[in-house]
Amino acid sequence: MTAMLRPDLALIGEWVGPNSRILDLGCGDGTLLAHLARTRGVRGYGLEIDPENVARCVESGINVIETDVDDGLKDFRDGSFDYVVMTQALQAMQRPDRVVSEMLRVGRTAIVTFPNFGQWRVRLALARGRMPVTPSLPEQWYDTPNIHLCTVADFEDLCALRGWKVLRRSLLDHERRDDWAIRLMPNLLAEVAIYMLQAPGNGNGRRE
Amino acid sequence: MNDPHSDPFPADSVGIVEPRKIVIQRPLTLDCGRVLPRHELMVETYGSLNIARSNAVLICHALSGDHHAAGYHSADDRKPGWWETCIGPGKPIDTNRFFVVALNNLGGCRGSTGPSTLNLDTGKPWGPDFPIVTVRDWVRSQAMLADELGIAQWATVIGGSLGGFQVLQWAIDYPARIRHAVAIAAAPKLSAQNIAFNEIARQAILSDPEFHGGHFYEHGVVPSRGLKLARMLGHITYLSDEAMRAKFGRMQKSEQFSFNFDVEFEVESYLRYQGQSFVERFDANTYLVMTKALDYFDPAREFGGDLSTAFRQAQARFLVVAFTSDWRFSPARSREIVKALVDAGRDVSYALVDSQLGHDDFLMPLPEYHRILRGYLSRTLEAGA
Repeated sequence: MTAMLRPDLALIGEWVGPNSRILDLGCGDGTLLAHLARTRGVRGYGLEIDPENVARCVESGINVIETDVDDGLKDFRDGSFDYVVMTQALQAMQRPDRVVSEMLRVGRTAIVTFPNFGQWRVRLALARGRMPVTPSLPEQWYDTPNIHLCTVADFEDLCALRGWKVLRRSLLDHERRDDWAIRLMPNLLAEVAIYMLQAPGNGNGRRE
Repeated sequence: MNDPHSDPFPADSVGIVEPRKIVIQRPLTLDCGRVLPRHELMVETYGSLNIARSNAVLICHALSGDHHAAGYHSADDRKPGWWETCIGPGKPIDTNRFFVVALNNLGGCRGSTGPSTLNLDTGKPWGPDFPIVTVRDWVRSQAMLADELGIAQWATVIGGSLGGFQVLQWAIDYPARIRHAVAIAAAPKLSAQNIAFNEIARQAILSDPEFHGGHFYEHGVVPSRGLKLARMLGHITYLSDEAMRAKFGRMQKSEQFSFNFDVEFEVESYLRYQGQSFVERFDANTYLVMTKALDYFDPAREFGGDLSTAFRQAQARFLVVAFTSDWRFSPARSREIVKALVDAGRDVSYALVDSQLGHDDFLMPLPEYHRILRGYLSRTLEAGA
């Protein structure tokens, strides 16, 4: 099953500690939670706004809570999860910075993945005077849910500004994982970025 | 059921059903301190219990519901049971797979022991001497019913509105006897506004001169004006403003104003009709008892007011469903339940169904709603689920 999993999700499966408690923001049809439950004995909940996805989660036996993540995580207590995860949805949030802050409040660790808007494909399209349409950004400018795209460099600036500690980082392109070329020129070559973050002053987070 | 010519009912109906009375001979100690040495419950069942006795589903009814949840009582029965849309072969509560049990709660007026049944000690109807029962009492009584039926554990206990209250109480009071809890259009307890509506309904009944302090049976009358008013008021809370606007608007029976207090607007006519038909089938004392059970419900109360502590007792998996247009028990109330369940570390899913009608949407066959119920219930028979 792992072979069919989206690369960023597969990687999260390796990062997350066994039997941990997890909250997945924008969980879609529950693929990640099902994978983590199966392979890591992880328990938790997905938050999802789309009724079709909610129904699919329920049909798969995944705990799902129908809600709008943009409304915040006020129903969740401080530090009540080992991990709060958000995959490929940060760029669709009204205020990505606030969402990450909330993730770091509710979770001892946050994991976010997002498409890197600095990737060469994006730059190439823009250099041609066109909005980019790439494998990780498949929508046209007029129907995309992505309203707050950022580059790896932008995101790391925000982390530094807010004092979020980067515990782990992985940069992927469509086929490859984290090879030497990406590590050398992350902002140019990475298609998808994955970060494990911790709130400032929170030194007892779990690292696996 | 096999000959289509002899069966006038749709193929996805359970068809003709027969209610039966089950006598509970064991004493039941109530929250108020009184003890019922025995009581009777009217019950209907649909489908069959499997050999492992693991496929039983308990249907908990709301304020005015009863044991007749699905099917028809005779070949020329016009109206099916109150949850016909949801219970039947191939329906979300699939009688091909589940053994479905529906009952009239203690204190009801459809055959179960209640204010309008005979008190064996006096030989007269209980009337106002019938004890005020609570949701916990109902759940205790339902557990006794489960014993009688040989059901050690329900696959699912399910209910909407006041029925959802019973579901939550089941999960807390009998954790080992319920695998899945499905609470629809429910709340963790009543708000001041909810209680206020109930109080007006009660006052309407209590102040009807024909109520006779609850002894109206002996006077051969019914406090129909009070009960009718109570029901009319209730009905307003079951519908959304939008639904009433769409259904009635300001439509009048005639074009001119008549400058009197006869029925003029369609909504008046509707409420009067609903009130009148309710009087013909419901008991005023039962209505009082039911509204009190609603008001008293607060499972967190015995856990220091903390609902999540209450849910730490539970072992069941939960499904909570709310409707966008429900203002009686709004989605925010369901979210309180979900929050407490998450805080308690329980398995829970929550679906918010887009709806127009209001609180009564829990009885409607909305596709999105039924897909959630079907999807959830279809997994409840799996091993280890």
